[in-house]
Amino acid sequence: MAGTITLRKSAAGTPVRLATGESTAVRWLLIGISLTFLTLFLFLPLAAVFVEAFRKGVGAYLQSFNDPAAYAAIRLTLLVTAIALPLNLVFGLAASWAIGKFEFRGKQLLITLIDLPFAVSPVISGLIYVLLYGIHGWFGPWLAERGIQVIFAVPGIVLATIFVTFPFIAREVIPLMQEQGTEEEQAAITLGASGWQTFFRVTLPNVKWAVLYGVILCNARAMGEFGAVSVVSGHIRGKTNTMPLHVEILYNEYNFVAAFAVASLLALLALVTLVLKSLIEWRTRVQHDQEEPA
Amino acid sequence: MAIRIKQPSVLPGFGLTLGYTIFYLSVIVLIPLSAMFIRAGSLGLGELWEVITSPRVLAAYKLTFGASLVGALLNAVFGFLVAWVLVRYTFPGKRIVDAAVDLPFAMPTAVSGIALVAVYSPSGWIGRYLEPLGIKAAYTPLGVTIALTFIGLPFVVRTLQPALEDLEAEVEEAAASLGATRWQTLRYVIIPTVLPAMLTGFTLAFARAVGEYGSVVFISGNLPMKTEIVPLLIITKLEQYDYAGATALGATMLVISFAILLTINVLQWWSTRHKRGA
Repeated sequence: MAGTITLRKSAAGTPVRLATGESTAVRWLLIGISLTFLTLFLFLPLAAVFVEAFRKGVGAYLQSFNDPAAYAAIRLTLLVTAIALPLNLVFGLAASWAIGKFEFRGKQLLITLIDLPFAVSPVISGLIYVLLYGIHGWFGPWLAERGIQVIFAVPGIVLATIFVTFPFIAREVIPLMQEQGTEEEQAAITLGASGWQTFFRVTLPNVKWAVLYGVILCNARAMGEFGAVSVVSGHIRGKTNTMPLHVEILYNEYNFVAAFAVASLLALLALVTLVLKSLIEWRTRVQHDQEEPA
Repeated sequence: MAIRIKQPSVLPGFGLTLGYTIFYLSVIVLIPLSAMFIRAGSLGLGELWEVITSPRVLAAYKLTFGASLVGALLNAVFGFLVAWVLVRYTFPGKRIVDAAVDLPFAMPTAVSGIALVAVYSPSGWIGRYLEPLGIKAAYTPLGVTIALTFIGLPFVVRTLQPALEDLEAEVEEAAASLGATRWQTLRYVIIPTVLPAMLTGFTLAFARAVGEYGSVVFISGNLPMKTEIVPLLIITKLEQYDYAGATALGATMLVISFAILLTINVLQWWSTRHKRGA
């Protein structure tokens, strides 16, 4: 922690201010302004979700979940995540093996293309699939003849979710695999291990925390995505509504307690995500500090 | 070397993993994105121009980019302050505050959206105190700006934190021993050093804000010409089966996003060069 300056007491006990720190008053003023800003923009909205959810008491809160549409929304969100997450996990691992362990031309371009979905507005992420698979889309008529519906149905929601969470796992694992190099894998292969053995016994244990980190972020976004899913879902109650879409419908029907009740589940998911994320960051930092002095 | 694409390696699986990566990337990202550009291209320049210069669209552009810019600027200032406080000082609850900075990332945007209304609407927690002062937050451009500030905060803080941690104490000590006041050190030593990181964070926050939808639609009120953002206008056009209009708007927004992305890459290249040069 270079640069952390704290007040130190001199031998006589009078505080000595170091030339590269701020006085106590300035310090607390800056902390005060920061915390006020964060309270206005982060903590109050977070608190509002739970307070509004319990506005009419615990009974009304629990009653909000006594609704088949809410169950259907929760089920659909879990289903969509259960499909999107493993697909992006396999892709993330494949991409990081190719990019991290080999030297080839066009690598930088490939990395940029993988990050592309982050630069795309959620609404556009939905729009592109409507243009491909919608009734007026390229493949729409062909699919319609065969009775396959993608847009305003579950497959479209899955596709849009995959798109918006596409880079999460890859971008955590690629830099780490690049940094770790190939020495350990080369040793394993030379000693007679197969490619899969090398991957599962050598590479994967080395990157497991980065993978987990990516999975946690990917999961949070997959369950919480709103804009992209909103475009492709069609908002059919009990059928194509995910949890965030269900929140919107309840809210627009002025059913505020129920809207905030479902929202509180999503906010809880966000909080759990933050805790896990911090734990992993703390763990990797400790690991890093242990390796550094050696 | 000129012909060989890949350098030799004893490790297996290159063909399989690269092949799958390119296949999956094409199916999920590249083909759908190109489809939109091809459809936008088939509109013809005249029609494209007509869509993107209609008064309602221009008003939406103005609001989206204006509010995003103000939000990113607010974040550049307060994000620097938050990052500074988190890196330099210790105070009770610091670790919780540090983790909470990522809340806008982790919170589903629809949840943030309705929560911001609960806080800033005329009857809301803070809104009811703003109302007597004549300040209307929700359902005005100010509300849009509040939502876009919320969504962009982590970008600035998270890019500035490592830059501030990397600052070497010696430089500040040198400035102080040469007679600089703390303010002068900040102005002439610290800010110029972390400027690339600050600009990167600012641009990331701006880019995110321009495309943001979920956290804005609840607080904005969605009045055409007044509080309608571009992403919402795209959805409106889609709901009216105006595919050409939606495509034209989507494609122009995407071109702008890519230009911003390019700027970020140039900034990052500049900042790594900056670091090496120092």
